[in-house]
Amino acid sequence: MGRVAFDHVTKRFGEVTAVDDLTLDVADQEFLVLVGPSGCGKTTALRMLAGLDDPTSGDIVIGDRVVTEVAAIDRDIAMVFQSYALYPHMTVRRNIEFPLRSRKVPAAERERLVQEAAATLDLEALLDRKPAQLSGGQRQRVALARAIVRRPAVFLMDEPLSNLDAKLRVQTRAELVELQRRLATTVVYVTHDQVEAMTMADRIAVMDRGVLQQVGPPQEVYATPANLFVARFIGNPPMNTVTGKVVVSEGTVGVQLPGGRIELPDDVAAAVKAHDEGEVVVGVRPEHARLDPEGPLEATVAVVEVLGHEQHVICRLKDAPPAADAEGATDDVAGAVATESLFIVRQPNDDVAPGIGVGVRITVDTRRVHVFDAGTAGQRLEAA
Amino acid sequence: MRSSPALRKALRYLVLTVLAFIVLFPVYVTVVGSLLLPEQLTSRPPTLFPNDPQWGSYSEAWTDGHFGTYLWNSAVVTAMITLGQLVTSILAGYAFAMLEFPFKRTIFVVFLATMMVPFEVTIITNLQTVTDLHWYDTYAGLAVPFLATGFGAFLLRQAFLQIPADLRDAATIDGYGHLKFLVRVAVPLARPSIAALAVFSFLGAWNQYLWPLLVTEDDRLRTVQIGLRQLRSTQLDEINVTLAGTVLAALPLVVLLILFQKQLIRGLTTGAVKG
Amino acid sequence: MARSHTRAAQRRREALLGYLLVAPALLVFAVFTFYPFAKNFRLAVYRDKLFGAGSEYVGTEQVTDVLGSGDFRQSLWVTVLFALMSVPAGIFLGLALAVAAHQRLKGIGIYRTIFASTVASSVAVASVIFGTLFNPVIGWLPWLGFNPQPPLLQNPDWALPAVALVTIWQSIGLSFIVMSAGLQAIPDEVMEAAQLDGARPWRRFWRVTVPLLSPTIFFAVVVGGIFAFQAFAQVEMLTDGGPIKRTNVLTYYIYTTMREAQDEGKAAVLSIALFFVTLALTLFQMRILEKRVHYAQ
Repeated sequence: MGRVAFDHVTKRFGEVTAVDDLTLDVADQEFLVLVGPSGCGKTTALRMLAGLDDPTSGDIVIGDRVVTEVAAIDRDIAMVFQSYALYPHMTVRRNIEFPLRSRKVPAAERERLVQEAAATLDLEALLDRKPAQLSGGQRQRVALARAIVRRPAVFLMDEPLSNLDAKLRVQTRAELVELQRRLATTVVYVTHDQVEAMTMADRIAVMDRGVLQQVGPPQEVYATPANLFVARFIGNPPMNTVTGKVVVSEGTVGVQLPGGRIELPDDVAAAVKAHDEGEVVVGVRPEHARLDPEGPLEATVAVVEVLGHEQHVICRLKDAPPAADAEGATDDVAGAVATESLFIVRQPNDDVAPGIGVGVRITVDTRRVHVFDAGTAGQRLEAA
Repeated sequence: MRSSPALRKALRYLVLTVLAFIVLFPVYVTVVGSLLLPEQLTSRPPTLFPNDPQWGSYSEAWTDGHFGTYLWNSAVVTAMITLGQLVTSILAGYAFAMLEFPFKRTIFVVFLATMMVPFEVTIITNLQTVTDLHWYDTYAGLAVPFLATGFGAFLLRQAFLQIPADLRDAATIDGYGHLKFLVRVAVPLARPSIAALAVFSFLGAWNQYLWPLLVTEDDRLRTVQIGLRQLRSTQLDEINVTLAGTVLAALPLVVLLILFQKQLIRGLTTGAVKG
Repeated sequence: MARSHTRAAQRRREALLGYLLVAPALLVFAVFTFYPFAKNFRLAVYRDKLFGAGSEYVGTEQVTDVLGSGDFRQSLWVTVLFALMSVPAGIFLGLALAVAAHQRLKGIGIYRTIFASTVASSVAVASVIFGTLFNPVIGWLPWLGFNPQPPLLQNPDWALPAVALVTIWQSIGLSFIVMSAGLQAIPDEVMEAAQLDGARPWRRFWRVTVPLLSPTIFFAVVVGGIFAFQAFAQVEMLTDGGPIKRTNVLTYYIYTTMREAQDEGKAAVLSIALFFVTLALTLFQMRILEKRVHYAQ
């Protein structure tokens, strides 16, 4: 009943293609997070689902029917907006009631449903207040109550947590997931925050420039990013990505990086071999690297960030191109820091932090190394 | 040389009070005059305080001077104009702010252009039109030419543009069409601007002079401003009645000013500051 | 295709609603603003024959006749004089009151209401009030010693200033309200900075307040100018354009031309002239406003 699907959906605004041939299935009662940098088309996709924008081509399915032609009110969806979109002149009660009034729900029934929704979100004491008299978190709950009051099959949420302060956001994340389980509905959730995506989603769908990059469970997307964009976007601190040259010699396949050469394990080597003498991008998550006097990569410590439970040792690889050269790369992945000249090593807080400017050596867990095509698509290279 | 704070404060009050006295003096003299007998009015030095107020001048203005009728006519015409301007401005302002249709910009410019044409420029033909429509000496003739205002449509367009797009989207999802959204959400949210426009329209309509003078000659249809004109020419021995009529004519706006000062100020200063 | 069909229908519905919503206002404008405005240009090229014997086409002859006539020139001159007498004074007094009331004092609200109160007076009300004050028998002004002969409103030298005085008093309230709003828009810090710099009140007024208020003052000058060119009731009630046409302002001239002389053609020419004067003032304002935007950037 709560299944949702995009079927080759494209949306153009004049010359600009906001969503490009999007095909995506969301199962009933699934929590799917659409994530990507601003302007990636995620909000447009959501608005098409809501019936606020029409696709230029392709179809939208909700439940078991094609709703491309169906008006928003008849789609059995509810939406929570980033701004909450509460009506400032109405009390909380009237706000929650508003979706029921247009559906001609009888007054007694309305009252019962409002009470129920208010109880679910702990709003009973606030029913006669106006939105201006509420805190940010309370407003957010009113917006949720207004969405759940008529029990839609699908919830659409557009950055619903981005106006909350950091602490409340963490708490609300958990509450939202719990609410979704309790109501047993489908949620399509849009955010630019990959932490929200990782922590809440059953599956993540990563978008960039209108194109769907990868769909999968958070752990899978994290462990095997399909391309360089996903690799850099998901994960915090971001994955180190360093361009290097493939070197094949005597049965081993390695990559010459600034600062040193690393050998690749067999499964990856098979896929990389074909690129002999060509360029590839090597990706290493900060937790898969460590400082090691015997390590193959030579570097200098630039900054040490102490977080309390762990440290980030930010190094500059020897012979790395200056930051300016990598500028283009950072632009592409707005949000995910991917300055190629820096290399982050994550280590427990108990480890001794090296001094700034000190020369160090780094070793990487080669079984966990990702290798990407150096071309614009940045496809992941692995054994077929 | 430093004066003490208390003295400075007293000085400030003194200055303000003197200024208030100067501004109000003509009004005070008029109110006093309306309560005097004609022979007291001509006495020299002029009487500064009515020891024995003669309220009879007010009843005389109300009945013999037809001020009851004039005030009623002004009220009816002002209500028609104010309501009409609010309705047409709300509708047009909403269309300009929230709807897409071909030639919207052009039509909007046409609305703005009406502000460039003073009404005085159009009286010749308008008098003819109203006569042709058999609206001479009718409320319709007095009110209909003023049922729309470019300024009002502009003001409310600006107000409606302030409404967040998310509210419209949320209402769309809940099945509220434009008209329902207009009534349930847009109008309540634009209330400050609507109130400002209402007060502004009321003021303009109540004070009209040239047009009512042109399209009415029947005493039963004349408005209070023209009523003052009728009284003006009366004899000196009835000047207290004239002054009473003047007070009556101004009273509704004085009440309005006191009750709706905030809205009035908003209505009058839109565009003056901030532009 | 079905889809483009529905979408087009939706757009059509929205457009239709849009037209429906603007239609009432547009209808009023068409009938009572644009049609009579355009009709003026037609009336202007026909001259009324004597004794209501119809009219004949005369081309631009009537336009040049009317605009070249001494009566028109005098009327235009009187109107300009009237504007010069009434507008700056009204604005200055409104500004002075606004500055006086721009302070934190107990009961300041009452003073503000009093200063704003003359907006409650229509021009007609103000005319009666001042007509009585000017009255040679019962008025305060003659009793206070100002008693020219012939009496004020019949005196060729004093009638126009007297009418201007009525207008000034009546406009003080509006002027006060507008200037107060302008003052409130000036950040307190600016004033405090000037105070800290040791500028004396008088200097502060001319060097800080007035320049910062200049956009508001300018707006008031233009709107006041436009109002002045539409002045009618005070003349009709107090002087009937006299004596010897010394208060025959443009709008009153149009009125008597159509009412008493029954000369529509001539009245139309005068109306067109009034329109262009107003237009010039408006365009002038827009030009300056454009410049102001530049300053702000």
